[in-house]
Amino acid sequence: MIVAERKPLAEIAEMLKPFRKICILGCGTCVTVCLAGGEKEAEETAAALSLLRQNEGLETEISTGTILRQCEYEYIDDYAKNGFDCDAILSLACGVGVQTMVARLPDKIILPGLNTKFMGYPLEQGVWTENCLGCGDCVLDLTMGICPITRCSKSMLNGPCGGSQNGKCEVDKDVDCAWHLIYERLSKLGLADRMDVIQPPKDWSTSHHGGPRTIVREDVRLEDGE
Amino acid sequence: MKTESRLEKMLNSGHFAVTGELGPPRSAYLETLKQHADAMRNHVESYNITDNQTAIVRTSSIGVAAVLMQMGLEPNVQMTVRDRNRICLQSDLLGAVSIGARNFLCLQGDHAKFGNEPQSKNVNDLDSMQLIRALKNIRDEGVFVSGEKIEHPLPRIFIGAVANPFADPFEYRHLRLAKKVAAGAQFIQTQCIFDMDRFEKWMEKVRELGLHKKVHIMGGVTPIKSIGAARYMQKNVAGMIVPDELIDRLRGADNKQKEGLNIAVETIQRLKEIEGVAGVHIMAIAWEEVVPEIVERAGLYPRPEID
Ligand code: SF4
Ligand code: SF4
Repeated sequence: MIVAERKPLAEIAEMLKPFRKICILGCGTCVTVCLAGGEKEAEETAAALSLLRQNEGLETEISTGTILRQCEYEYIDDYAKNGFDCDAILSLACGVGVQTMVARLPDKIILPGLNTKFMGYPLEQGVWTENCLGCGDCVLDLTMGICPITRCSKSMLNGPCGGSQNGKCEVDKDVDCAWHLIYERLSKLGLADRMDVIQPPKDWSTSHHGGPRTIVREDVRLEDGE
Repeated sequence: MKTESRLEKMLNSGHFAVTGELGPPRSAYLETLKQHADAMRNHVESYNITDNQTAIVRTSSIGVAAVLMQMGLEPNVQMTVRDRNRICLQSDLLGAVSIGARNFLCLQGDHAKFGNEPQSKNVNDLDSMQLIRALKNIRDEGVFVSGEKIEHPLPRIFIGAVANPFADPFEYRHLRLAKKVAAGAQFIQTQCIFDMDRFEKWMEKVRELGLHKKVHIMGGVTPIKSIGAARYMQKNVAGMIVPDELIDRLRGADNKQKEGLNIAVETIQRLKEIEGVAGVHIMAIAWEEVVPEIVERAGLYPRPEID
């Protein structure tokens, strides 16, 4: 899922200063699960912001709501049926949601309430970790399921580097060295000789280096007028 | 093809080779560096020029290499993949060769987090293994990474890489060296050796694979200036092992600097005895002036004549 964190209240308050009527909109999917921008967080943010603005003597009218998925027109349209009676929307969706909202509701001011962090999963209650960068050319088959692009601090394809010690990465003693993990996993599976293969330079053009990426699937596209 | 690299000639001739290291300053003022280089000109074959070491902005490795060559000295141009993509790495290689550099050392590079621009983007387009292979392919196959042909053949370059017997997993480290050799490395400089037992264990595995016959392995030696420096390396430098006994030995000595030099000299003397060690790489960063003494006391002076 997409993992995000709410922006500091002061930053949110600052960007909303010019507006009086504000709608804080949570998103019901990833950011709800990672406890950053769901219904509950929308209400908490509204309460905290009201208080802050009150103390600053700013006239304020805040409402809240939640769209199941701000990243799909269908759900946005459904919610927008009743219109938005506000000067600005603070979206607690990830960056994808915020931009989809802007694309669908171009005459509205829509501002981001979250810092979108990464694609990852919850390691334990309250801890999330990144494990895919969406590089567009997955190599998990080579490493048997441990991503070196994301989890090696230097995105090496032929690791481990000389900074790997006691299973930890040179960059942070609390971070596992991805290549140590890969070596152990391959060894356990009897595939350690895969480490001997010189992996050629990666094709980064499939990654985020060439502008926004688009997928077109003719098999599921709708014919004109369908 | 005939090599122009003095280092390559020295290693090929079977002499125990000596290389030094110069860390470019955080400015374009090179007088001090030039003095250091000059002071060991009769004691080392060539000089590693670090490439923005520990991710700190310094005069570029190739810039300093040019200055060294004007002084009649031979540079080993260090190239990390941290800051340059494949376009820039290959272009810099051509530029460095065009001004006369012949020795190149391929490294991954410390993460930018440790340097003075911690907010910068880590490039890592290629990794160190792929850089070794890229240099070999340009030289031997006449092709760039893309497969496109180079317009004119490259003069013979001497391709180096690093190895760290003190990093983990230990049981993989000699295999990693094998991979670097397969990629095209011709000479290897190791991480600073303080734990001789571990180094010897690693060399044993290296010899089992016959790697010492395929690549020139130079042991890394750093003279320790103070207990503080030893402690710092022990605690803060990833991929280094500084045994407690070594720190105890320094603590017991009246003159720490003298003892640091003694340890360096003894290390080299032991390295000379190890089968498969072809030379020594002395990294006396911020203590360059002691290199001649170390080389002399280790019995490696005068350097053999080589044409
Ligand atoms: S290799 Fe690429 S697609 Fe696969 S997990 Fe890693 S970043 Fe994601
Ligand atoms: S220590 Fe491991 S994870 Fe960290 S940069 Fe080196 S190889 Fe990658």
